[in-house]
Amino acid sequence: MIIRSFGHALPKRIVTNDELARFLDTSDEWIQSHTGIQSRRVLTGGETLSALGAQAAEMALERAGMTAADIDYILCSTTRGEMFFPSTSCLVQQKIGAGCPCLDINAGCTGFLYALDTADALLESGKAKRLLIVCAEQLSRLTDWTDRSTCVLFGDAAGAAICERGDGIKAVRLTAEGDAAYLHGWPSGGNSPFDDQIPTEKPLYMNGQEIFKFAVTRSLRDVETVMDESAITADAVDYFVLHQANRRILDAVRARLKQPEEKFPVNITDHGNTSSACIPVLLSEMEGDGRLKKGQTLVLSAFGAGLTTGAAVLQY
Amino acid sequence: MTTFETIAKLVAESKDLDVNSIKPEMTFADLGLDSLDVAELVMNMEDELGVTIEISPALKTVQDVVALVDAQKK
Repeated sequence: MIIRSFGHALPKRIVTNDELARFLDTSDEWIQSHTGIQSRRVLTGGETLSALGAQAAEMALERAGMTAADIDYILCSTTRGEMFFPSTSCLVQQKIGAGCPCLDINAGCTGFLYALDTADALLESGKAKRLLIVCAEQLSRLTDWTDRSTCVLFGDAAGAAICERGDGIKAVRLTAEGDAAYLHGWPSGGNSPFDDQIPTEKPLYMNGQEIFKFAVTRSLRDVETVMDESAITADAVDYFVLHQANRRILDAVRARLKQPEEKFPVNITDHGNTSSACIPVLLSEMEGDGRLKKGQTLVLSAFGAGLTTGAAVLQY
Repeated sequence: MTTFETIAKLVAESKDLDVNSIKPEMTFADLGLDSLDVAELVMNMEDELGVTIEISPALKTVQDVVALVDAQKK
């Protein structure tokens, strides 16, 4: 499989750390020193996730010189779809005017890597020829805005990629260690008269320290595995594009790989953690500003709820 | 090397401190470690000592971690 192009879209509304400090017991200094985040984008009333996903898809289509009619499969990664049904991929399909099978994937923040591997299987089996991946995330509509330890971390965004058959993926590793204890999100309760245990817990819970440990150890393990499998060294990699959960996770992985800062691109500063959208949004931004060029070797690594992880070596 | 000496060495390395200045009764906050520094320190201890340490609010001082590690080693 090869990736022809990336696209992305961000909500207009910018929320700074200072704005959060007005209603939470937190500060710009604390948030920046613990996460690297300065601001994030959030969806406001009337804005839909599928419209954001469609905007990202249209940018990717334009960059690839294609139209929606050229797409014969849509995979959408989302942790909190616009609705339970229809799937967010169907809603995006309608907005861009495509006519093809649509499938949603939920692998937490690892969703883009799971989508890449699924896309690779569909393309190599001949089930699809031109596939659109859309990672669309609206964690602002899931987080508990009274919980200062989690709500400051997340932002909303959508990223997209156009995929075709080819040999760009050199190695992929996906893992899952089913465990909800340290990181989970609840749906809203519903009102079944037959259910006397409707969840009353916070909508999103994360144990930051345990997830930090999980992220650093697993990302390092996965990155080393996919580099071994594709017989490349860290020095031969142009960019390590990691899930943007926390600046300090990126720094911890980078220090252990002994690589320079410029090989670890960052967008968490302005976007926060946009879950599975982080990696395609970052790659789309790099395509836009010229940092990402055809032929470069990328190592991608993500980790998230599940607990899931994924890594890949991708020649762009 | 005792568990305390190993942990003191890792704390000293992580924050560029004099290893002799680290005492068992000191809290991680005293040593200038925030919550994610503690998580990173625990990761390094797990590597170095071959143990699994679940981080909890009860782990406040260097001695708290030493006791947890020694309990696992027995």
